Amino acid sequence: MSDDIAICTQDLVKRFRTLRGMVTAVNGVTLQVRRGETYGLIGPDGAGKTTTTRVILGLLKRTAGESSVLGYDSMRNTYEIRERVGYIAQQFALPADLTVQENMRFFADIQDVSAEEQQRRIPELLEFAGLTHFTKRLAGRLSGGMKKKLALACSLVHEPQVVLLDEPTLGVDPVSRREFWNLLGNLRAEKGLTIFVCTPYMDEAERCSRVGLMYQGRLIAHDSPKMIKRLVPGRLLEFTPSNFVPARQIVTGMEGVLEVQTYGVMLHLFVDDVARRRQEIAGALAAQGITCVGMREIEPRMEEAFISLIRRQSDQSHGV
Amino acid sequence: MARDTVFGGARKSWKRVSALMRKEFTQLLRDWRTLVMILVAPLLEMFLLAYAVSLTVDHIPTVIADLSLDTRSRDFVNALEISGFFDVDLYVADESEVIRAIDEGRARAGVVIPPDFSVHIERGDAQVLLLLDGSDAFTLQSGYGAALAIAQAQATELMMEKISRRGAFDIGQLPISTSTRILYNPDMDDMTFIIPALAAMLVQVVAVGMTAMSVVREREVGTIEQLLVTPVRPLELIVGKLTPNILIAAIDLACVILFGNLWFGVAFKGDLWLFVWLSLVFIISGLGLGLLVSTVTRTQKEAQQATAVLMLVAMMLSGFIYPRAPMPPLVRAVGNLIPLTYFNNIIRGIVTKGVGLTFIWHDTLVLIGYAILVMLLAALTFKKRLD
Ligand SMILES: Nc1ncnc2c1ncn2[C@@H]1O[C@H](COP(=O)(O)OP(=O)(O)OP(=O)(O)O)[C@@H](O)[C@H]1O
Ligand SMILES: [Mg+2]
Repeated sequence: MSDDIAICTQDLVKRFRTLRGMVTAVNGVTLQVRRGETYGLIGPDGAGKTTTTRVILGLLKRTAGESSVLGYDSMRNTYEIRERVGYIAQQFALPADLTVQENMRFFADIQDVSAEEQQRRIPELLEFAGLTHFTKRLAGRLSGGMKKKLALACSLVHEPQVVLLDEPTLGVDPVSRREFWNLLGNLRAEKGLTIFVCTPYMDEAERCSRVGLMYQGRLIAHDSPKMIKRLVPGRLLEFTPSNFVPARQIVTGMEGVLEVQTYGVMLHLFVDDVARRRQEIAGALAAQGITCVGMREIEPRMEEAFISLIRRQSDQSHGV
Repeated sequence: MARDTVFGGARKSWKRVSALMRKEFTQLLRDWRTLVMILVAPLLEMFLLAYAVSLTVDHIPTVIADLSLDTRSRDFVNALEISGFFDVDLYVADESEVIRAIDEGRARAGVVIPPDFSVHIERGDAQVLLLLDGSDAFTLQSGYGAALAIAQAQATELMMEKISRRGAFDIGQLPISTSTRILYNPDMDDMTFIIPALAAMLVQVVAVGMTAMSVVREREVGTIEQLLVTPVRPLELIVGKLTPNILIAAIDLACVILFGNLWFGVAFKGDLWLFVWLSLVFIISGLGLGLLVSTVTRTQKEAQQATAVLMLVAMMLSGFIYPRAPMPPLVRAVGNLIPLTYFNNIIRGIVTKGVGLTFIWHDTLVLIGYAILVMLLAALTFKKRLD
């Protein structure tokens, strides 16, 4: 293994034994996270993001395959990993009845940060997380965004080389989300921190240097956001039809329309040739008395690429 | 080099343990409502239970069939009355009428004194038949114990029969072990026997319950995940979590013993330090049991219920209320799984009888073995992972 790799999994499988039989939460995931990059594991609810992260950290036993962090095996060298990484669990998991300061101090002690270092780092991290004025507040009484920032600060107190963040902006308002990602951006720029982040939000995926698309326990694509978007064939056409349901039916079967996605009251069509199909579609809809507002070509975003890839994947697995 | 890593390991380990202990203490002190509950509830329970248990045992309505009607037989009946355990308010002609009286609920105990009682006493083979209402365990136990002591004082052999009234459940064989009870309790003062055992039971409930709850809570709210992802080792987690609980349980035990002394006048007869050390072993075994409970329950509610069941089992099978000797082997075996069973003998031995280690070494050994075993088991089931 090269020194350049921070996190690595090879054909990772995790099955849970439940009352209703075996559940395969992670089904042969192979991924590599390079040092210093921000890797986004994205996928819908239940895709297996949390389970993958937990196995990587040795919090769950893997069923098959390999996984390691900084060259340490997740199962065999668990404690070496735990001394060197930071982690934010998906749900808020800091002791709620300890204050902000007590939480910081606790995790610093647990991670063997010396008293002098604590004197320096804790105020610095609190400042960085914007929590300086809340040191005496109980962690359970913080707002959603502040909780996540505290969790981040605690996970950084031992200056880890890698952090794994499981949906760190879940239940956080848009402004705080932006702030949180700015913090991550700073960390990456200043400290060269490797960031592994699970998220269901596509706009967050765009901020990653590379992403893995996870769906039903499998990694269906992994590349930079730019390349992922190129995986989708065709160009993207967006418009708002005056009568949504029949409009969708009409365009779905048309020649040159590769894929139809709905986006609120708008339709997103992947077409092979924008200039040509644009006329045909407008014409076909007009023939049925449906007008199109604001028809234009747009850059496909992660969202469209993601839906398209998932659709293709499930079509394959259902043998269509 | 190797020594360095070992030493460094120990230092880091201690730092983690002390961080965990500080966290637990801070949380404990912050949650003062629960703390007050933990400290006050045992006192209240002791107050109520002590009376509930002891009030049922004396002034048993008693029917007598005296077939001798000589001085010795009258002495015997007198002794029964003076003990305070028996209220003789009915005299009948023979055994069948005694049984009928108990059957009809006019009496709960019956004594049949055979003819020529004085003569038999002279010869040393006097016998008295004691009949007890088998539907009430308290009557059964204390009635038998009291009668046995009186009979011994009167150089009489006690024959025993138990009567089950219609619908009443059968208690099983007779409690032989009560004889020792009376021997060491010449004043017939039940409190001196009940209070120490009650103290032990209440402290066991606190030790088991508090531990199970604190671990299960950590799992239920998910904080265990954030803890496990640090370099904390399972054993450190156990030690860090349990130390504050040891202290609380010890304070609890001291409080109930003191309360028993001041309110119920139960004197502390034995060696205090011996008691302290053995109490520590007892508390640790309770905490270990709590850890085991936490591994089989998933929610705080389940943990609470499991603790309640354990308390019930402990009350019934540890020898606290019912004597263990007459229990069927299987039931007794279940009682063997509870540390209270051994500590009951120890605490009664030290507090009430004032005996030293020579008299309770057997229970002490078993209790120490138990504490080690249950802790090992708990440490083994306490994983460094979530699954
Ligand atoms: N402890 C468990 N026991 C049984 N099944 C589990 C367990 N944990 C997860 N699963 C199942 O594994 C699958 C993947 O779950 P996981 O939590 O990893 O998904 P996720 O991508 O993190 O989703 P979410 O966005 O909801 O957090 C789900 O179907 C889930 O029900
Ligand atoms: Mg998840």
